[in-house]
Amino acid sequence: MSTETLEKEVVVKPTEPIFSKRRKKLVTDPLVDDNPVTVQVLGICSALAVTTQMKPTLVMAISVIFVMALSNFVISLMRNTIPARVRIIVQLAVVATLVTLVSEVLKAFAYDMYKELSVFIGLIITNCIVMGRLEAFAMGNKPYDSMLDGLGSALGYSWIILTVAFFRELWGSGAVFGIPVFDYVSSLFGPDFKLATNGLMVTPVGAFIILGLIVWVQRTKTGYVEY
Amino acid sequence: MQQSNIYIIVYSAVLTIILGFLLSGSAQFLGPRQQNAIALDKKKQILGAVISAEEIALMSPEQVNEFYASRISAIVLDVTGTEITKEGVTAEKVEIAKDYKKPAEERAYPVFIFHAEGKPDQVESYIFPMYGAGLWDAIWGYLALERDMNTIGGITLAHAAETPGLGARITEAKVQARYVGKKIFDESGSLVTVMMQKGEGKEYGDDAHKVDGMSGATITGNGVNNMLKAYMGHYEGYIKAKSTPKTAVALLLH
Repeated sequence: MSTETLEKEVVVKPTEPIFSKRRKKLVTDPLVDDNPVTVQVLGICSALAVTTQMKPTLVMAISVIFVMALSNFVISLMRNTIPARVRIIVQLAVVATLVTLVSEVLKAFAYDMYKELSVFIGLIITNCIVMGRLEAFAMGNKPYDSMLDGLGSALGYSWIILTVAFFRELWGSGAVFGIPVFDYVSSLFGPDFKLATNGLMVTPVGAFIILGLIVWVQRTKTGYVEY
Repeated sequence: MQQSNIYIIVYSAVLTIILGFLLSGSAQFLGPRQQNAIALDKKKQILGAVISAEEIALMSPEQVNEFYASRISAIVLDVTGTEITKEGVTAEKVEIAKDYKKPAEERAYPVFIFHAEGKPDQVESYIFPMYGAGLWDAIWGYLALERDMNTIGGITLAHAAETPGLGARITEAKVQARYVGKKIFDESGSLVTVMMQKGEGKEYGDDAHKVDGMSGATITGNGVNNMLKAYMGHYEGYIKAKSTPKTAVALLLH
């Protein structure tokens, strides 16, 4: 038995409201104080890969939110039947199925998005945050709480990658959501004035720098220190 | 009980079956929609070589299908440029990606002919599909040649997995517009096609065979160059045959 990795089951009173204080904390904690990217330092690989532009990053964020909330819910439903020795494989199978479903739905209903994102959608399976929350929370908590926990972590991941993507697209390509902001700004200062873009920002290095800055700002504010 | 081998095997088997059904069910259910989306996307790419991306973006799927049906006719060639008139061979059915794995001599080469509305004789341009390798995965595209069979009227490029913001920029209208008006044959009539250069921001306005590159995506650019060169080579027989009469006249005039 390797249940020591699981968090203790929280005792819930049957009359607990749907959005009780404790449940709200499940969603809000991973946004800042326990952010999966900046505090737990998980999911860095995809935070570097998808964040060159805002539009694909947004679709990625939505897909991760869907996959995390649902996989946490499903695994939590199954948690008492899953044999401990193959639990990782079971989790992986469920996550992979959900990810494939997302990819198939995109292919049928938003083919242009699918073309742009198919590679990255597949990579959600390997996102450490997904498996991490399944292991640490969903295997030991009730379905609804687990879903909220997945939602919180996914939202925490989403706002970070969207912030990174905003600065990378702005400084790297001079645009936001494909709208050429730099061109508009430049035109205000006459025909010879041109804002330069920085090629470093479109490479993964740019993502590291921005991510580092976000971590710096955040830890200055929260006072979080790693020991 | 939950730790016994039998339980684990049965559990895994049942889980696999359930998930398998779920996935194959969704593939079955969404399949026709996906096929339509793929076919529509292909038409959009073909049309993209002759009309602007903004115009296509404004069209509804039905309008795209209608426009395609009334303006595009297609033939299939072999590598020598002779038309294949076998029953059941249609340009829409040729899968360039699958054919790419065969030797060049055994492939089928479709040509899409853009003509005036409802008048297949009034050809406006010839559209040639291409396929090749980028940095990470496949790239493909459609090149439109004007009636002189030399000047590029337009190009669409697409890719499977190039880096967003770098190689993936081949899909941008701005990059594709650089090819318009360039020539594939030099003055002596030999095939040189158009080469995307390393680095970005230079003007190649005077050079009919060079276009500005994409910063940070030289390997993708080289992939596009190789693809252009290879496929224009495969189509050379047809292109030469179509342009000969005019060249002959030009030679007589000299």
